[in-house]
Amino acid sequence: MSSSKWVRLMFGPFGLKPSSVCGVVRGPAGRSSFSWTAVCRHVSVCSARSASYTTVDPGEVKRFQALANKWWDEQGEFAALHAMNDLRVPFVRDNLLTVHRAHHPGKPLAGLRILDVGCGGGVFTEPLGRLGASVLGIDPVEESISVAQLHSSPDPDLRDRVSYHACTLDEAQFDAVVASEVVEHLADLETFAICCNHVLKPGGSLFITTINKTNLSYALAIVIAEQLLRIVPSGTHDWEKFISPVELERLLESNGFSVQSVQGMMYNPVSGAWSWSDSTAINYALHAVKTSDGAEESCTHSVNEPATTHSSAPS
Amino acid sequence: MHKLTKAPLVLNGLGRRFIAGKHLSAVNIRRGLACTEPKGDSGKNEVYDVIISGGGMVGSAMACSLGMDSNLAGKKILLLEAGHKKSMDKVPDTYSTRVSSISPGSATLLSGIGAWEHITKMRCKPYTRMQVWDACSDALITFDKEDLLDEMAYIVENDIVVTAITKQLDTLSDNVQVKYKSKVVKYTWPMLHHAADSIPWVQVTLANGETHQTKLLIGADGPNSMVRQGLGIPTVKWNYDQSAVVAVLHLSEPTENNVAWQRFLPTGPIAMLPLSDTQSSLVWSTSPRLAEELLELDEESFVDAINSAFWSNESHSDLIETAGSLFRGALSAIMPSAGSPRQLPPSVAGIGPKSRVMFPLGMGHASEYIRHRVALIGDAAHRVHPLAGQGANLGFGDVACLTQILSQAAFNGKDLGAIQHLLEYETERQRHNLPMMAAVDLMKRLYSTDAAPVVLLRTFGLQATNMLPALKEQIMAYASK
Repeated sequence: MSSSKWVRLMFGPFGLKPSSVCGVVRGPAGRSSFSWTAVCRHVSVCSARSASYTTVDPGEVKRFQALANKWWDEQGEFAALHAMNDLRVPFVRDNLLTVHRAHHPGKPLAGLRILDVGCGGGVFTEPLGRLGASVLGIDPVEESISVAQLHSSPDPDLRDRVSYHACTLDEAQFDAVVASEVVEHLADLETFAICCNHVLKPGGSLFITTINKTNLSYALAIVIAEQLLRIVPSGTHDWEKFISPVELERLLESNGFSVQSVQGMMYNPVSGAWSWSDSTAINYALHAVKTSDGAEESCTHSVNEPATTHSSAPS
Repeated sequence: MHKLTKAPLVLNGLGRRFIAGKHLSAVNIRRGLACTEPKGDSGKNEVYDVIISGGGMVGSAMACSLGMDSNLAGKKILLLEAGHKKSMDKVPDTYSTRVSSISPGSATLLSGIGAWEHITKMRCKPYTRMQVWDACSDALITFDKEDLLDEMAYIVENDIVVTAITKQLDTLSDNVQVKYKSKVVKYTWPMLHHAADSIPWVQVTLANGETHQTKLLIGADGPNSMVRQGLGIPTVKWNYDQSAVVAVLHLSEPTENNVAWQRFLPTGPIAMLPLSDTQSSLVWSTSPRLAEELLELDEESFVDAINSAFWSNESHSDLIETAGSLFRGALSAIMPSAGSPRQLPPSVAGIGPKSRVMFPLGMGHASEYIRHRVALIGDAAHRVHPLAGQGANLGFGDVACLTQILSQAAFNGKDLGAIQHLLEYETERQRHNLPMMAAVDLMKRLYSTDAAPVVLLRTFGLQATNMLPALKEQIMAYASK
């Protein structure tokens, strides 16, 4: 693989973050790309200024379009993310189908509500919507949300099923939460687990895909990518935040989840395809089920906060 | 290298961001993208999941097969056919001249969509043996499944196939909409990366002014496919400078008639395919000049010409005869039991009224079967010489493969028009179709000469193949897919 491709692969996400962000979401949206820790700790109450694109100048829409094309180019810089759907969609589908045995030909996930945490441009959200689930994608990066909305809006199958919010977690009770390639960027996994537990219905499923905390992943992500090749500015990835399946399992188990399965995932850079693997040394997928309300110190304060600015999902 | 290339993947998670706050609050930013809402989303501009252009045997089988797949339940499918609806209250007394050889693999597909039952109730003729022999020598090869009590293939009239599938389509009116007498005048292709106000789907404009949009267009519109031409997909093609004369033959006496006969004449292959105990279908490929002469002949001379084409030994040469029998003798010394005896075809007494028709033959292969949101199937993608009776079977094979791939794509929540799984279809089908087309083309070329070295070569080749049951089984297995 040429190094320019590497650059595109790794810079892709950052390329999505130009300096001028329309300032609807305060705080998170304007931050530097690399201050994940700060972001995760300070989610302020966003103002719910409703911004409809009818009033946005066309240049803005054009810019989002360019971003959407980047996110949705199956062979472009997000190719690996698109390819991962071949594993993670069946993973979520089959695990949910073993729990909810309803038979809906053509729409196997009909009737289920799924929360896609960190949905980005909607690459994982759309296939889940096509399977009949009603999916809410949330992401702190407001541009990604716009991209996701722009992309799903012409498709009548998705228009009613998929909705995106710039940042939110309301009182909704979900059948499943998916957090794909997200937890390696979180500062406080405990809170994440508590909140996932909170928004899930009893028996609801949590699906996570992430990177293991091993010497191999350290070598790949930090040493090679950041220090040797300098494709990513030093300090981008915090290996300390990577988490091993055992640790993640323990954390989830102590927060009211029961882990059902952990599966290693392998990427073949030549074919661009993902496959299941016995080794969880690099990437892995995990399925957990909510068994109890778990956490003592749950995020009650945020729960009890009245959702004054609640509005229905954009259609 | 292996380890190095993992790095981007480890990092690609950066694309997804999340806030897990101690203070999660209900915040909703409403961003309706009003300006990208489709204008006037009335039924007229409904987006179909799949539009199939061309309602021939292959196109209508495609529509039916998709309409019956459980993973595709609820998808909106539209079949466009320029002709009128083909239905028959009763099977016509006379046989049609346009027939197809339906392999067991194609029969499986057709019974999967429920059409095969209708076909067997209407009419079709199985054959259990095929004999291919050379006009320039005694070399012959026979394929038979007699000992397996299996049919090798079936001869079915094309109209019967279409009628049977149409009956099944009528039962699917919830999923599959069919518009007859609708001629497409224009296709508008989506750009791979769509601009802000462009429509991301394929648009199909009909002669009556209607416009339909679809996520996936399947071109089943025959050898001169407008879909293929509109996309500018190049085809490798050549005319054989041959025409086929087809006719319905009446046999001089009733026989079991379960053998397909084909003889290679220097001017091209002539085939007699069973239709019933007393009738067979003729497919005579020959030079256009000779074909026209055959059309001009009175009925009696035409029948004589057919009989002599199957029976005459005038092209034999002594040299090849001797060499061939020596070779055969040597082979049977090694493998005494192998090979089958030569049988003689039935003689023809007359032809069906007005059944003589001719049409030009050619071969073509599209260099690509797919584009963004488009797939080609059947003759739109590949056209073969009729000598091996594979034309319809290759098309039905496309249908089976594409159905399976689209079904899986739907079950994985994919956009049906996405290039990723369409590529799988292209790879899988080209892997099957190309060798078949090459083999048919090679046969055609090998047998269109009476030059002694070539005749000798093919004589040895045919005899040797005939003696090798394992090789013959391979050939049959490939052809019956």
